[in-house]
Amino acid sequence: MLYTETKSFEEIEKLIKQEESIFLLGCGGCAEVCKTADEETIAEIEAKIKETGKSISGKLIVDFMCSKHLLIKRLARYQELLDGCSAILVFSCGIGVQCAGAVSDRAVYPATNTISLGGFQGLWPGEERCAQCGTCYLGITGGICPITFCAKELLNGACGGAKDGKCEIKTERECGWVLIYERLKKIGKLELLKEIQQPRDFRKIEPDAKLRKTIHFDIDR
Amino acid sequence: MEKKSLSQKLQEGKFVITSEIGPPKGTNIEPHLKEAEHIKEKVDAFNVTDLQSSVMRLGSLATCKLLVDMGLEPVFQLTCRDRNRLALQSDLLSAYVLGVKNVLCLTGDHPFLGDHPEAKPVFDLDSVSLLKAATDLMNGKDMMGNDLDGRPEFFLGAVVSPGYEPLEMQLIKMEKKIEAGAKFFQTQAVYDLKSFEKFMGIVKKYNVPILGGIVLLKTAGMARYMNENVAGVNVPERYISMMAAAKKEERSKVSIQIAAELIKGMKNLCQGIHIMPLGWEKYVPQVLEASGF
Repeated sequence: MLYTETKSFEEIEKLIKQEESIFLLGCGGCAEVCKTADEETIAEIEAKIKETGKSISGKLIVDFMCSKHLLIKRLARYQELLDGCSAILVFSCGIGVQCAGAVSDRAVYPATNTISLGGFQGLWPGEERCAQCGTCYLGITGGICPITFCAKELLNGACGGAKDGKCEIKTERECGWVLIYERLKKIGKLELLKEIQQPRDFRKIEPDAKLRKTIHFDIDR
Repeated sequence: MEKKSLSQKLQEGKFVITSEIGPPKGTNIEPHLKEAEHIKEKVDAFNVTDLQSSVMRLGSLATCKLLVDMGLEPVFQLTCRDRNRLALQSDLLSAYVLGVKNVLCLTGDHPFLGDHPEAKPVFDLDSVSLLKAATDLMNGKDMMGNDLDGRPEFFLGAVVSPGYEPLEMQLIKMEKKIEAGAKFFQTQAVYDLKSFEKFMGIVKKYNVPILGGIVLLKTAGMARYMNENVAGVNVPERYISMMAAAKKEERSKVSIQIAAELIKGMKNLCQGIHIMPLGWEKYVPQVLEASGF
């Protein structure tokens, strides 16, 4: 069972400040059970975004965003609405955000923080991993996770060790920050790299009692 | 008259020379201190590496303190590899009370590359957040905003790799390091003056002193190895041939000649040089002499 929590609206607002039109994409799997991707939560964020004068180009809940084939199929039906948005706000775990980034050419921003996978393994067959850091950074890295893709879990850009795009620790491993740089450059968001990121808050990896109190958790007991 | 510090010299526009001490794997520090004593008249400050290449060794801070006691000026290299934010801030305070003012803030090599590859990589902070933490301490606060009883003063430095691809990503990080408090930069080894000149043209706008990196070539094999494996280093074929053509006993002479050519070329491009002798400390005086110092 995956534990996620919705980011504060101030945080979401900051992430999408440069965007004009947003597509809301939620995951009907664990995130819905956590009440971070249910219709009510998405509607609440939608209303708040509209209040800031931005438009919502569309919204969609996909049963399990971590199923690559399902995600690609479902998104294909919404191509027109996706073409009309400048960015996608994703209500899911970190895997779902990375999947959205991997299958679309729009900027992706997480609306949630992933705190723990709680034993659940995603169905995404790709390389993306979520470290459940509780402070989702995917919105400033073009949908590529700096915690799991960088051997040093760096938050402020590459170290000096990568050569020809490969990590200093293993030549077959790609440098996550080179990938992030290239993705951000491709989607025209390189300025996101320029802000100094604060060190991680390691308290956030522990789900609190409120998050553990879900219906599924009770049934499990 | 009191000796001028590295910071003062850079401020006055002197072309500065820094060299490097790599503490030994063990306690036998004496020979390293003797080498430093031997070249102290020509070198403005000595970097002391922090478990270079992720190999467990004698510590940087203790070695810096020994240099202070000898009347030499150290540059304390501090990496994020082995210490979390409590230990890093505490070591910064310790450095100050031991008379160590220059601190070079680095991310650090991954432990995977060293002689304890099973170690837990820390990287709680990175080079940018470490610089910011040191700046906070100078302002009398720790990272959490708690007041300090007595504040340290540092001259903070950082590194940049002029030959790194993509360079734009290096430049963005360099800007962040400056914003976080870096007042000088030392570079990765430079062997190509043309591209270094281009780099200096780009970073001139930051108005921060740059010390060009010099690594003494030992063999043609070493040069080829660096080209293959070290990010941002590109030794031109001409230097590789020069090293390859030299007989074993002439290699140091040729290496000195190459370093001198680079240093002379850098004199008008940047604000100083940083020599990384990697075990060839004994040749530093000859390198400097051949370069006109």
